[in-house]
Amino acid sequence: MDGAGIIKGMIETARNFAGSYHDEARLTTVQYPEEKLAPVENARTIPFLVYDGAEALPGLRCTACMICEKECPPQCIYIVKDTVKKPDFVGKMQMQPKVFDIDISVCMSCGICVEVCPFDAIKMDQVFELSTGDRFGGLLLNKTQLAKPNDYFNKLHKTEAAEIDLRRVEEKQKAEAAAAAKAAAPAKPPMAPPPAP
Amino acid sequence: MNGLDQIFVGTGHWIAGLFPVYVQPLISAALEIAIMMAVFGGCFALTSVVERKLLGRMQNRYGPNRVGPFGLLQPLADGIKMLTKEDIVPFSADKTVHFLAPLALSVPIWLAFAVLPFGRNMSAIDLDAGILFFFAIGSASELAVFMAGWSSQNKYSLVGAMRAIAQMISYEVPLVLSTVPVLMLAGSLSLNEIVAAQGTYTLGGLARWNVFTPWGLAGLLLFLIAATAESNRSPFDLPEGESEIIAGFLTEYSGFKYALFFLSEYLGLFAITGLAVTLFLGGWHAPFRWLEWVPSWLWFAGKFCALIFLFVWIRATLPRLRLDQLLNFSWRFLVPLSLINILVAVAWYWSGSWKSPVALPVRWVLCAALVALPYHWLAQSLRGTLPPPRKYTYAE
Amino acid sequence: MLNEIAFLLCASLTLAGAVAAMMLRNLVHCALCAAGAFAGLAAIYLQLSAEFAGFAQFLVYVGAVAILIVFTILLTRGADIQTGRAGSSSSWIGLLVAGLVLACLVGSIMSSPGLVRLPAQTANAPVQKIGEQLMNQYIMPLETMGLLLTAALLGGVVIAMREPAKANPSAR
Repeated sequence: MDGAGIIKGMIETARNFAGSYHDEARLTTVQYPEEKLAPVENARTIPFLVYDGAEALPGLRCTACMICEKECPPQCIYIVKDTVKKPDFVGKMQMQPKVFDIDISVCMSCGICVEVCPFDAIKMDQVFELSTGDRFGGLLLNKTQLAKPNDYFNKLHKTEAAEIDLRRVEEKQKAEAAAAAKAAAPAKPPMAPPPAP
Repeated sequence: MNGLDQIFVGTGHWIAGLFPVYVQPLISAALEIAIMMAVFGGCFALTSVVERKLLGRMQNRYGPNRVGPFGLLQPLADGIKMLTKEDIVPFSADKTVHFLAPLALSVPIWLAFAVLPFGRNMSAIDLDAGILFFFAIGSASELAVFMAGWSSQNKYSLVGAMRAIAQMISYEVPLVLSTVPVLMLAGSLSLNEIVAAQGTYTLGGLARWNVFTPWGLAGLLLFLIAATAESNRSPFDLPEGESEIIAGFLTEYSGFKYALFFLSEYLGLFAITGLAVTLFLGGWHAPFRWLEWVPSWLWFAGKFCALIFLFVWIRATLPRLRLDQLLNFSWRFLVPLSLINILVAVAWYWSGSWKSPVALPVRWVLCAALVALPYHWLAQSLRGTLPPPRKYTYAE
Repeated sequence: MLNEIAFLLCASLTLAGAVAAMMLRNLVHCALCAAGAFAGLAAIYLQLSAEFAGFAQFLVYVGAVAILIVFTILLTRGADIQTGRAGSSSSWIGLLVAGLVLACLVGSIMSSPGLVRLPAQTANAPVQKIGEQLMNQYIMPLETMGLLLTAALLGGVVIAMREPAKANPSAR
């Protein structure tokens, strides 16, 4: 029939109109500040530093190895190594950063710093409400502002965090077993002096 | 309930009666003008937000819902925005004509409301040639569109204005021709008489609205299509389509002048909707005899709102027509169909004297066929303007 | 009294529009002032209670003829050409000739027998009567006008029609 397309179109919009009052599928708006869409697990915006335990600075996983600073494409990470060392989760003494700044207005969310970090110390965060009125330093986040607990990391990236935690527990157990084996082994007999020529 | 029906008329008379006799006509005219401006100004504000909300709902989203309850105070925010914007006039623009164009558009459209009968005894002026007045006023607005487009000294404005005028004069022909059957069968050009001719009841209480006849139905559809085109509304909004030509003839207007254009466009829509209600939908008459107790102005308002909803619905559904499609549609489809509609109305009138119990269905079938067959043939002929189906070639 | 004032207003609008249409430099301004003169003329018809004539004048002249003039100006690029001085160098001869024509017209009007001041009566020209007269007494002029307009329409279509593409098998 001529004009059937118009009628079909109008029926569809009428269904949209009527359905928008009772059907979820016909009114998909999420009214932003009051309602928020749940982010996907792989969503990423800016990096953050993970710390274990209750206190941020002692529990920071970062050992200031400078790899993320070197690999960052827009060079937005600035690290200054500290002279004081601190123990990591296995007990070994590691370096720590005195200054760890990320300029998030430059960061391009590529995630390369996360890929290259050998210590699972820096991960991608999902916050995007970052606007600030302070245009001279508001978008330069320092170590304290970047540090977030491991529980937060678990909440964001469940599977990845679970796998990392498992690995760290295993490594800790292995290190403890090695330390125990070392402590329980008998004292090595002194080496025989080399035969005199 | 005669009292409620005549409440506005009675109040007007009472207020005019408070003044001395020689100034009473002036007072009652001023009162009518003031009321009409207030009502239709308020209607414009409400329509602008209701349209946006309806469009939103039809597009699976909310409309504006932040300002006021359900977003209904949005026109207040829009008004403040428009009024406080800087009024920019281009340096090389023709200042007088640029200034006069919004006025030349607004004034005739305000005049058009004077002849519409909003209820029993509620038309401001009862002209003997009411419809002619209405169409004459409507045609004056085209000159204003040209003034707006040309005075901006902007090629987009000029092209937009030319397209707008071509569209408006093309669609004025089916607009007027589709009203000719109504005038013929009502026997008068006066809008009050046309409404009165639709006031009798038949078939046990169904009113004799013009839309309940085959030629009336076809006429209403033709009139509504032509009215959509006359008000530059989607799907005929090529002159002001934002994605096509920036804003067409409105490009160089900002602030209050733009608000005046916006207002005039909606007021033109209201005027023509009022005319459609009067000519085809029985004006202020009730559809059934047992519903006559509802006040007449309430019926007018209800039908008016239904037609506005229809306009918004069509806007939400149909994409914009291209200029050549638009003009083809008018000259090759609407004009022949409206001419044939006149013949169908004549056939209906002549067959009205048949005195047999099966007369009504037979008349309906005959007249409907007389309309439907040319509709089909004309639609087939328009299909020839479609481009041929695309042949896709793929790289091997 | 009110009638006189209204007539003076309408007449001055018409005259001002006509004079402006003659004397302005910008051609589009002239066209718009001519439209104003048409509107003034429609107002005079309405003042004489000739409703149909007044509205038809407005509809046809302001709504169609003015737009036609404007389109013509734009399509033939008359708008770009700014006329220099509004008058020509031999304006005295023109004034003389115009004055003579005016004298002839005024003289013939003043001495015509139709200029008897009739008592003011409301015109009785309801639309129905106009329709009846058109269909009974004036049917021949009506049909002739229709034929004339149809001829004009056909002429316009023929001029604007694109030439059918000549079948040329070699060029593809």
